[in-house]
Amino acid sequence: MNEPNLHLWIIPLLPLVGATINGLLGRHFKNGMVATVALFFTGASFVHAVWAALQGAHLALPHVEEAGNWIWTSSFQAPFGFYLDQLSTVMMLVVTGVGFLIHLYSVGYMAHEGGFYRFFAYLNLFMFFMLTLVLANNYLLMFVGWEGVGLASYLLIGFFFLKDSAANAGKKAFIVNRIGDFAFLIGMFLLIQNFGSLNFGTIFNKLNESSLWPVETSFGVLSVIALMLMIGATGKSAQVPLYVWLPDAMEGPTPVSALIHAATMVTAGIYMIARSSAIFSRAPHTLLIVAIIGCITAVFAATMGMAQTDIKRVLAYSTVSQLGYMFMACGVAAYSAGIFHLMTHAFFKALLFLGAGSVIHAVGGEQDMRRMGGLRKLIPVTFWVMMIATLAIAGIPPLAGFFSKDEILWQASRLPYGHIIFWIIGLITAGLTSFYMFRLIFMTFFGELRLGQVDEGQEAHKANAPAHAQHDAASQSHGHADDHAHSHGGVHESPWIMLAPLVVLAVLSVVGGWVNIPKALGGNQGFANYLAPAIHTPAEIGGEQPGAREVKEEEGERGTELTFTVLSVVVAFAGLGLAWVLYVKRPELPDRITTSIRGMYVLVKNKYYVDEIYNALLVTPLLAISTYVFWRGVDQGVIDGTVNGLGSASKGIGQGLRHMQSGNIRSYAAWVAAGGAAVIAYMIYLGVR
Amino acid sequence: MILTFVTFIPAVGAVLLMLMPRNDKIIRWAALLISLLAFAFSLYLPVHFQNGTSGFQFQVDTRWIGDIHYRLGADGISMWLVLLTTFLVPLSVLVSWKSVHDRVKEFFVLLLLLETAMIGVFLALDMFLFYVFWEATLIPMALLIGMYGHERRIYAAVKFFLYTMVASVFMLAAIIWLYIHAGSFDYTAIQEWLGRPGHPPADVLQWLFLGFFIAFAVKVPLFPLHTWLPDAHVEAPTAGSVLLAGVLLKMGTYGLLRFNVGLFPDQAHHNASWINVLAIIGIIYGALVALVQPNLKKLIAYSSVSHLGFVVLGIFTFTQIGIDGAVYQMLNHGVSTGALFMLAGMLYERKHTYEFGEFGGLATPMPIYATFFLIAVLSSVGLPLLNGFVGEFLVLSGAFQYKMLYGILGCSGVIWSAAYLLWMYQKVFYGPIQHQENRALRDIDLREQLSLWPVTVMALVMGVVSPYWMKAIDPAVAAVNKKAVNAKIEIQKPLNVSENRQ
Repeated sequence: MNEPNLHLWIIPLLPLVGATINGLLGRHFKNGMVATVALFFTGASFVHAVWAALQGAHLALPHVEEAGNWIWTSSFQAPFGFYLDQLSTVMMLVVTGVGFLIHLYSVGYMAHEGGFYRFFAYLNLFMFFMLTLVLANNYLLMFVGWEGVGLASYLLIGFFFLKDSAANAGKKAFIVNRIGDFAFLIGMFLLIQNFGSLNFGTIFNKLNESSLWPVETSFGVLSVIALMLMIGATGKSAQVPLYVWLPDAMEGPTPVSALIHAATMVTAGIYMIARSSAIFSRAPHTLLIVAIIGCITAVFAATMGMAQTDIKRVLAYSTVSQLGYMFMACGVAAYSAGIFHLMTHAFFKALLFLGAGSVIHAVGGEQDMRRMGGLRKLIPVTFWVMMIATLAIAGIPPLAGFFSKDEILWQASRLPYGHIIFWIIGLITAGLTSFYMFRLIFMTFFGELRLGQVDEGQEAHKANAPAHAQHDAASQSHGHADDHAHSHGGVHESPWIMLAPLVVLAVLSVVGGWVNIPKALGGNQGFANYLAPAIHTPAEIGGEQPGAREVKEEEGERGTELTFTVLSVVVAFAGLGLAWVLYVKRPELPDRITTSIRGMYVLVKNKYYVDEIYNALLVTPLLAISTYVFWRGVDQGVIDGTVNGLGSASKGIGQGLRHMQSGNIRSYAAWVAAGGAAVIAYMIYLGVR
Repeated sequence: MILTFVTFIPAVGAVLLMLMPRNDKIIRWAALLISLLAFAFSLYLPVHFQNGTSGFQFQVDTRWIGDIHYRLGADGISMWLVLLTTFLVPLSVLVSWKSVHDRVKEFFVLLLLLETAMIGVFLALDMFLFYVFWEATLIPMALLIGMYGHERRIYAAVKFFLYTMVASVFMLAAIIWLYIHAGSFDYTAIQEWLGRPGHPPADVLQWLFLGFFIAFAVKVPLFPLHTWLPDAHVEAPTAGSVLLAGVLLKMGTYGLLRFNVGLFPDQAHHNASWINVLAIIGIIYGALVALVQPNLKKLIAYSSVSHLGFVVLGIFTFTQIGIDGAVYQMLNHGVSTGALFMLAGMLYERKHTYEFGEFGGLATPMPIYATFFLIAVLSSVGLPLLNGFVGEFLVLSGAFQYKMLYGILGCSGVIWSAAYLLWMYQKVFYGPIQHQENRALRDIDLREQLSLWPVTVMALVMGVVSPYWMKAIDPAVAAVNKKAVNAKIEIQKPLNVSENRQ
């Protein structure tokens, strides 16, 4: 068959060209020119992606295109290869589509910032690496994108590098991710050892076409590989225990939080697991670990989200929590549900961040929700799109989040890979999500504007929680650096270039879920069916007929599914209602409650002190050992001490060449001569004997 | 003949320089032209190199003194190391343009003599000739450190000289023993003689192996023989550091591969376990010590200990992929650490210190410099699509196949390197400006940019089109590594593109 050449390589390369132009020449450009370049290349990439997706509909997928070897040795090769299947099609459209919208928004948001060209060069660079990640046809090239998005993230988190907090956050993100990458590399080495290749096609074909690789009943090699890949994913997708970098990443400009730390990069781990479904589905033990980690992350992050007062931090913890859902979906082998939520989440979470950016923009750089309030009337467009996104994430039908979350919860409850416990925790998380999201809405848009006020109660809080006070100071100064050009006086709506992307995303947040309406609600699960060929479920591997489960489902489970759906909607409304009572009807209640559960509240508010624990247990001892044991002890003490002692019984050798005739040097020379002579003598002895 | 030209153009140039009048400007330009000429000649090698063959190419062989021959030859390994040398020397000349203002003539004479010696080390196929070149690198380098270094230069120069000198004596002893018994200094002849069954006995081979090993291990430097390196680097002038890290350390790893593995494969396999342990200690230990250095140049020096640990680990996995990676890592380290030392030197010219406490927030006054620095850092971190990743990945992959634990331990290096290098970058460039006078630091000028562009472009090109280098390296590695460890890889033939298309 003569397959057409889609020139997939162009899709990632276009943003790279944009990044290069802006990176090298941007300093000399006017802002308009920089924006034009950045938008053109991202937009062109989107257009090409859409075209490729349309062409792909007529092709036998997966469709592979290779452009020479990146790494070649006689025993191992990795090509520059691109892989188009249903999964990468979805990812590439989400990345280029949402990416383009965020670029557009950034033109307005960053208009008054220094380093405009730098920002867009980095942003385009990110697009290049992200598209490489999702289009790669082998793990190694995927790893290129994987590390590359980490770099872009590092650069963009640290964009306001004059602040120590921003520089620290960027570095932390990179290093924590490297811990995950360490495991990812080991996973790859194991793949090379067992399959001789890192190409998806080769590996998956070997797995699927031979009976050597059944579903593992014990913790075999595939389980280990899957575990390593999963650890890699926990770094990138901010899961317990490696999630700690993501909240700090909010130091970056808000569009960055939307693009990288919500919609695209952080979902790379989910994508990678779904991509590796042929491996994970054969490793049920690892799947269980994935599900547990996702489940813990979801609920753990949601509780932390409830007590945050920085609008971006609430969204950050929310992202961690939603990523937990996606992880959980993968863990119960419902990969397509995970990818479905990934997509809808990209819409509404990008919208929430961009909306938050619009709010911050409007109130002159303030990020503390306690100083907001009443903005509903002042910035109505922002309010309404934020409202839509909140309804979506809370799981209120018929918005996008309802369908994707409901699908995950339903799958999580089903045996053999799910369990009712996952469902219960997922349900609790859904309630918490709804609560903290509406808390955000009510604190920000309802009540009265409290801009510039700091009441005493909050000061007292700060005194009790120094870490938090520090953070507040940081966020304030951030605000100034971020939006220094805006006046603090009049609250104003953002310009159209920022609002237009918000409206588009709002529409997507409403309709995005309709592509996969569950059968219980009379739909046909179109999205899951579309993805099915790219995904290998355990049932398929176990030799089950694809339809077998369906039939069972027809009979008994419809009713249960419907009940579960109703329950999750009830929980979502309960969260909404509780937030309404606490933050609109009786705004004095939250303080009373926090006082009554003081210890618990402080614990949550300080994010369970996880950062402090990591520092005390890992970072501090490591630095101390390196300094005092290794450097001062071994290097300067033992080794240099021995050598210096050997050479000279008296003075150090630092006294100089003028002593060469008389001092220490001669003793060294003597040692040289003696040692050499001894060895030569021995050699000769060996030779002549 | 081409190899003779490449080797001796710098030396002849050095003689010409000596005859020239003491006009610093002319001397500088002359040195630059000579080093560029040597580079231009060396480009002949990759252009005319027959890929896919494993033997030595471009050979010259004439009798010199008695049994000592003047025999030079290049295979895929040595050719690229020669190119690395001729590539770095012109850049070293450029970075010394203004920083050396005293005894300029002597400086460039030493630099060019050093170049000839370094090239000779990589090309010599006669053991005695090799030893001559090996020792000949010592004197100019020690003088460069001792005459043009910073405050404690004498201490550092002497320490450097003695460490290397003492260790080399053991190699000389081994070479002499081999000559007495094999009746030749010729590499190929000795290799053939050693390969004959039954002689010499295993315990002798072990001593011979160790004789070579100690000389090379000090040069690499392998833990715990590394402590001369930080001192030498901190005190050396910029060009000295660039060539020390960029080329001289590679003489050690080259020697390990060419002589220890090439001549004594059985002993190499025997001793591999402790050597690998030392290499891994070097990787982790070097990185951890780098993490707590208060001094920019010391940090880079310790990072070299860590990076060279990867090279040694790769060599002693005896896997094709691991040694391929090790050789590539030698080249990479030369490029990226060379770049880092050049950058450190530029900062020293402005601030006359390497202490981190004196820096901070420099990205604002020096944005172009900061960008070049970032790329060098990322290349050293091993970011994919820059050169460092390819070598590291192949080495670790080989280590993993050889012994899983080695692969895992070595792999932890990816975390450490990110930690110390990003920490370093932040200390120098990010945060608020700590010292008001730093606001007025001038960004790098055209000459400085000109010296940085080649290494930066090279870091990128070597990260993207590694097969260009590997096609020459791979067969040479296969030839040296005669007793390869049969990797557990199940494929028999190279995968080709069409197979993956289904």
